Amino acid sequence: MQLTVWTYEAPPHVGAMRIATAMEGVHYVLHAPQGDTYADLLFTMIERATKRPPVTYTTFQARDLGSDTAELFKTSVKEAYERFRPQALLVGASCTAELIQDDPGGLARALDLPIPVVPLELPAYQRKENWGAAETFYRLVRTLAGPHAPPPGSKRPARGPDDAPRCNILGPTALGFRHRDDVHEVTGLLHRLGVTVNVVAPLGATPADIARLGEADFNVVLYPEIAYQAAQWLDRTFGQKSTKVVPIGVGATRDFIAEVAALAGIDPAPVLAGAPSRAPWYARSVDSTYLTGKRVFVFGDATHAIAGARIAADELGFEVVGLGTYSREFARDVRAAAAKYGVEPLITDDYLDVEAAIAAAHPELVLGTQMERHTAKRLGVPCAVISAPVHVQDFPARYAPQMGHEGANVLFDTFVHPLMMGLEEHLLTMFREDFEFHADAAPSHLGVAASRGEAPSVAADPAPVPAVSPTPVPGSVPSMAAAASAEAAVATDAAPIPSAAAAASPVPLRWAADAEKELHKIPFFVRGKARRNTERFAQDRGLSLITIETLYDAKAHFSR
Amino acid sequence: MNAVVAPVANAGCVDAPVLYERGQREVFCGLTGIVWLHRKIQDAFFLVVGSRTCAHLLQSAAGVMIFAEPRFATAVIEERDLAGLADANSELDRVVTRLIERRPDIRLLFLVGSCPSEVIKLDLDRAATRLSQSFAPRVRIRAWSGSGLDTTFTQGEDACLAALVPDMPATEADAPPSLLVVGALAEVVEDQMARLFAEIGIERVRFFPPRRSDDLPPVGPGTRLLLAQPFLAETARLLEKRGATRLTAPFPLGVEGTAGWFGAAARAFGVDEARFDAAIAPRAERARTALARHRERLAGKSLFFFPDSQLEVPLARFAARELGMRLVEVGTPYLHRGHLAAELALLPPGTMLSEGQNVDNQLDRCRAAQPDLTVCGLGLANPLEAEGLATKWSIELLFTPVHGFEQAADLAELFARPLVRRSRLKV
Repeated sequence: MQLTVWTYEAPPHVGAMRIATAMEGVHYVLHAPQGDTYADLLFTMIERATKRPPVTYTTFQARDLGSDTAELFKTSVKEAYERFRPQALLVGASCTAELIQDDPGGLARALDLPIPVVPLELPAYQRKENWGAAETFYRLVRTLAGPHAPPPGSKRPARGPDDAPRCNILGPTALGFRHRDDVHEVTGLLHRLGVTVNVVAPLGATPADIARLGEADFNVVLYPEIAYQAAQWLDRTFGQKSTKVVPIGVGATRDFIAEVAALAGIDPAPVLAGAPSRAPWYARSVDSTYLTGKRVFVFGDATHAIAGARIAADELGFEVVGLGTYSREFARDVRAAAAKYGVEPLITDDYLDVEAAIAAAHPELVLGTQMERHTAKRLGVPCAVISAPVHVQDFPARYAPQMGHEGANVLFDTFVHPLMMGLEEHLLTMFREDFEFHADAAPSHLGVAASRGEAPSVAADPAPVPAVSPTPVPGSVPSMAAAASAEAAVATDAAPIPSAAAAASPVPLRWAADAEKELHKIPFFVRGKARRNTERFAQDRGLSLITIETLYDAKAHFSR
Repeated sequence: MNAVVAPVANAGCVDAPVLYERGQREVFCGLTGIVWLHRKIQDAFFLVVGSRTCAHLLQSAAGVMIFAEPRFATAVIEERDLAGLADANSELDRVVTRLIERRPDIRLLFLVGSCPSEVIKLDLDRAATRLSQSFAPRVRIRAWSGSGLDTTFTQGEDACLAALVPDMPATEADAPPSLLVVGALAEVVEDQMARLFAEIGIERVRFFPPRRSDDLPPVGPGTRLLLAQPFLAETARLLEKRGATRLTAPFPLGVEGTAGWFGAAARAFGVDEARFDAAIAPRAERARTALARHRERLAGKSLFFFPDSQLEVPLARFAARELGMRLVEVGTPYLHRGHLAAELALLPPGTMLSEGQNVDNQLDRCRAAQPDLTVCGLGLANPLEAEGLATKWSIELLFTPVHGFEQAADLAELFARPLVRRSRLKV
């Protein structure tokens, strides 16, 4: 048993729902007890879907367990087929139905429906959401495209000289982190390269579309967590190569263009030259110099974490001080990336471990999921959300892709806005004696919480609004004063969480009065950092009393 | 009392036929009750013994990560527990020990059963007894089931409160009659009620569940039981078994329901009629005045309830009689005729009642009726809005303080808001 407070991933049948809901003409009959229908609200509330997910649940209860749950399942399949007339049917079990072993696949087959029926075996006690989505997509692709496979060993026919190269885009799903906008951005990019998109799947695809996946020359894998397994099978079966680079960030987008051009046999130079992102210039502009070496902790699904770290290090000049993922299936890729930045990879799905790692790394910015947003808020560190699990805020009304040139612009803003702007930092030094800038001023964009060290008082509300509680997002453009006080919260020790050094200290650390006084002469927005660094320095040397000399020794030690 | 409490007509829906449906039920399981119970009993922790689905349900239903570290968690059963590689009981002991070490503020720990824990027949009652012995006297450990196999949504609260009944002390043998109000209410509502009971001269009033787990009210033959929520069948049964007498009353929703509810208590305690009216009438009048504005907007509008919380019948009674709304269908997951007797008597005759659910059939009926307002769960609300139907999330009717006189207008406002919003939007 694993003690779980929050989970990064839903159970695997929710992954299957993401595939079914993304597609047209597919229905999913899920053998599940009453209550499992909660999963519908993920789609209708978080993603604001205008239609119910195409899922029929058997919703069995205790009294059904005494009679015949298998019969109930068969009735549900029959009724769902008659009512919804899908072109393909997925059948499977949720965690509880897995235990009663009714064999949904066999039961559905026995009904002899005139459409393809895809049985799903998604072991709920071993696997999770992304695995479930990948497995479901793979099974669907195999079942629907399989009959169109050429005989084993036959070579792909060469493309005609006048035919444009064609690709499929694989991986976008319902409830995906910005999938809707990524598809739009990448489709445009492929179009500019002269590549025709054969099928986008699963998002928006019909079973008939899946059946003709093999007609494309190659595959673009947008989200390996979901499409890698299917792409591997398409490679083996149809000889379709697939892209390895996920175009998140300026550099990755350029690499992606080169990779696609190679697969398509075309010249990438015009597109590489023609469609620059603003992000590189913004990164080079003088206002961004203050970003240099900012300590950043990155955690998310493997794709977004690896991409986020690369952007942070290479495109913003941050220092990556932590990198991790909850995607165990892609742990190897994250380990390889972590090695590049010289950090210990964190592979875990326990958010408390992530919280501890963040606290220990003393980052100045956290790039994470909604859970790290809360952790960061508690620690008083700015945070940007870069990955699922999704929240209603991850489905913005505006166009906000993560991929391609526009995605790079969006990410520049996403990563930088939680921090203070460069010019503001200078003005702050000038105005630091202003009464409004005192160290205890409540930061505006981190909410009252940062100064109290608690989550915002939504908890005090007797009416927590389900699923969609609005909480302030870092990233709204702050006024100068607001930004100032925000940074104050970042740097001060207002949060009651003891610094890691002090907490771990076997000897209680004490500040001499004159050292404490000297500390207060340091601008408040870096005072917290100075305090933490000094305490860490003292701790490492076994000192119990911090004097003025210790303070300056530490300053010299940590100065870059 | 007659001044404010309408005489119960013999008509109503007491013997009305009910459409009983079986099929897909678009409802939460009882685990969802943890979302409000953990706010109510503030030194209790709820440990669900279940699957990743249970954990995911809780975080999705609670609003993803509202709380920094909430007082609920899930012990997720893994493959090795099922394969017998790990002894489920010793695994549970390990998880509970870790949890109690981490949260020294916990005084009461609930082991909450789930669908998987029931199917694998993990005996959480025995586990609770065993663990209680190891952690006594610091932490009490009790068990209840929020499994979807046994409980629908609010029945989770019933199961939780029922698990606490055996711990309630017995009243003194010669104790004078006392009133026990049962069902989780917002504190502000409890305080209002306590003041009103005092004003009409009922002094010995306790609320269950208490705000602190070690403050359980006593129960015994002198206890008069007044249910504040319509979904507490098992809790009421156990309290009656311990000698309490249940008072028949409508539920304190709306002016009429609240007046009838206080009236039932007043009759049981022999409260003088003049004193009752002096306290209740001005409150009822103030609430009626506050309601009037919403009634103007809602009168004549048609209303359709999908089953959700078992609050549907009292809410429908309120909407029909105090807001002048027309009831198309009142769906409820479970219709407890005993506890709802006073409510059914007040429902307009001929109201269509349905129990259980076949969600696709019910959606067909709803679409055919095109009601002005549909009360439904979160899975259905946006799809129905997209089809052009105005909806009210049923869960908000449960999470918002709506009981009592002072909240009657707030309750009306919840029904009015979707319609007001539609009239404002020009897009």
